[in-house]
Amino acid sequence: MISIQNLRKLFPGPDGPVTVLNGISLEIAQGETFGIIGRSGAGKSTLVRCVNMLERPTTGNIRVAAREMTTLNGAALGEARRGIGMIFQHFNLLSSRTAAQNIALPLELIGHPRGEIARRVDEMLALVGLSERRDAYPAQLSGGQKQRVGIARALATKPSVLLCDEATSALDPETTKQILALLKEINRSLGLTIMLITHEMEVVREVADRVAVLDHGEVVESGRVFDVFTDPRHPVSRSFVGEVLNRELPEALASRMHQSPSSAEHLVFRIIFTGPSANQPIVSEMVRRFGLSFNILQGHVDYIQGSPYGTLTVEASGTEQAKQSALDFLRLNNLKVEILGRVPATDRAVA
Amino acid sequence: MSQRLIGLLLDALWETLAMVGVSCFLAALVGIPLGVVLLVTQRGHIAESPLFNRVVGALVNATRSTPFIILMVAIIPLTRLIVGTSIGTWAAAVPLTLAAIPFVARLAEASLREVDPGLIEAAQAMGATPRQIVAKVLIPEALPGIVAGMTITVVSLIGYSAMAGAVGGGGLGDLGIRYGYQRFEGEVMAAVVVVLIVLVSLVQWAGDRLARQLNKRLTAKQAAAI
Ligand SMILES: Nc1ncnc2c1ncn2[C@@H]1O[C@H](COP(=O)(O)OP(=O)(O)OP(=O)(O)O)[C@@H](O)[C@H]1O
Ligand SMILES: [Mg+2]
Repeated sequence: MISIQNLRKLFPGPDGPVTVLNGISLEIAQGETFGIIGRSGAGKSTLVRCVNMLERPTTGNIRVAAREMTTLNGAALGEARRGIGMIFQHFNLLSSRTAAQNIALPLELIGHPRGEIARRVDEMLALVGLSERRDAYPAQLSGGQKQRVGIARALATKPSVLLCDEATSALDPETTKQILALLKEINRSLGLTIMLITHEMEVVREVADRVAVLDHGEVVESGRVFDVFTDPRHPVSRSFVGEVLNRELPEALASRMHQSPSSAEHLVFRIIFTGPSANQPIVSEMVRRFGLSFNILQGHVDYIQGSPYGTLTVEASGTEQAKQSALDFLRLNNLKVEILGRVPATDRAVA
Repeated sequence: MSQRLIGLLLDALWETLAMVGVSCFLAALVGIPLGVVLLVTQRGHIAESPLFNRVVGALVNATRSTPFIILMVAIIPLTRLIVGTSIGTWAAAVPLTLAAIPFVARLAEASLREVDPGLIEAAQAMGATPRQIVAKVLIPEALPGIVAGMTITVVSLIGYSAMAGAVGGGGLGDLGIRYGYQRFEGEVMAAVVVVLIVLVSLVQWAGDRLARQLNKRLTAKQAAAI
């Protein structure tokens, strides 16, 4: 639905042109929610603004619904933009218009007849759950309500694509969840393609199907959200994932741990459950079978795209052979195991 | 107060209202679009045309920096051409209008500039043309500021209209000078000043009220506090 090829964008700077986007290529499928995450200044806003030509690419191609955007101008560009809705971090609602009048604006621009506009506005207000607040001015609405108006306005002309630039960054966590849920619902019910810019991995986890990690104007990693979450490759992706999935070892444990193998010591390892394996009692089975003593140091279960993703960090003592068999057993059951190190046995009484 | 004084005051008041009303209306008609042009033709704006912008800007500045008294005399031929005479209330309205146009234009431009660029961007993303952006976004959003600017203009014009009395424009200022100063009728002078104070206060009050009603950016509580 959105196809970006070799997009480069340079801005004039005091010491010559600055490359803000450097050869971005992305394919976003129809009906997909695609997240783009990056640190401040990575070029996210510039990228999303290139899609509807609010920013002109220096070189490269952008196609939306099979239409090449970069060559469009004037009325043809206006027409193409009507097929692309956009919502903003600071909502950008007209303060002089009520919620309903704001939603009517894009329809007025096309010159729809009044009755039709009124009908469509009512529909959109109902869609975002704001029918009772239709005559409120933006100053009288909460942040979440303003973004609902923004969404309704963006969708009034029935676009096939919705661009979201930090659409939840000005909202509190609870409101963010509600807005994301609304986006998800709209994505499903209208088959809308969503391109979502954010600097919060939490947002990507909540709604996106796929994600691209943007750093210094380049896509450093992209893939299915679940895959990037469970197995981030690039350091930037890792730090984003780390912010959401708390995988740091406690300080006290980390300082005791070392890597030299010695059978007299306890083995510390992390078991990673993904997908269906997270629901099976494999660990208890392992303990029973191999007679290991076991100490749970840390455990989390997160849900990514509705799939459970769990990590369990344990300290195991027993014969070296038992430890080895246990690890083999886990791997045989399709669990990922990361050996983190060993700690001296004397330090800790093991249950 | 004597019958004669009331008659004089009413005539003068009418002349002032006529001069100020006509010139204010015309100044708004030309000045507000001019303010729009000054803004949108700027580099990087929705209808950029930097050279044109510089030329118009220079013209506006030149008119603004000419003292009113000089402007009034300098354009007498133009006034004759338009009104048919260079003397009288309607003749005075010509220099008043001409002086007020750049004033209104700059005030309007300043209000329009205050409109959040994000709103222009949102409209562009919807496929709005520059014309639509002006009509549907810039002017409605800047309206409270433009009304406040027009209030200032009216008050200033009331002051300037006294000077226009010098070319036979009549009005309250003229009355005050002729009777109060030249004929030493202090009573007339005092009455003129009182009428002017009331007039200006009324204009300011009405202007503020209208601007407040148009401003939807404030919550009900903030509006009540003002
Ligand atoms: N119009 C412009 N002129 C010059 N430089 C610009 C312009 N717009 C953006 N930049 C620069 O491009 C870089 C990327 O900006 P962009 O707004 O795309 O970042 P971002 O990833 O959206 O960051 P944030 O999370 O802070 O919004 C920044 O270094 C910024 O200074
Ligand atoms: Mg940004």
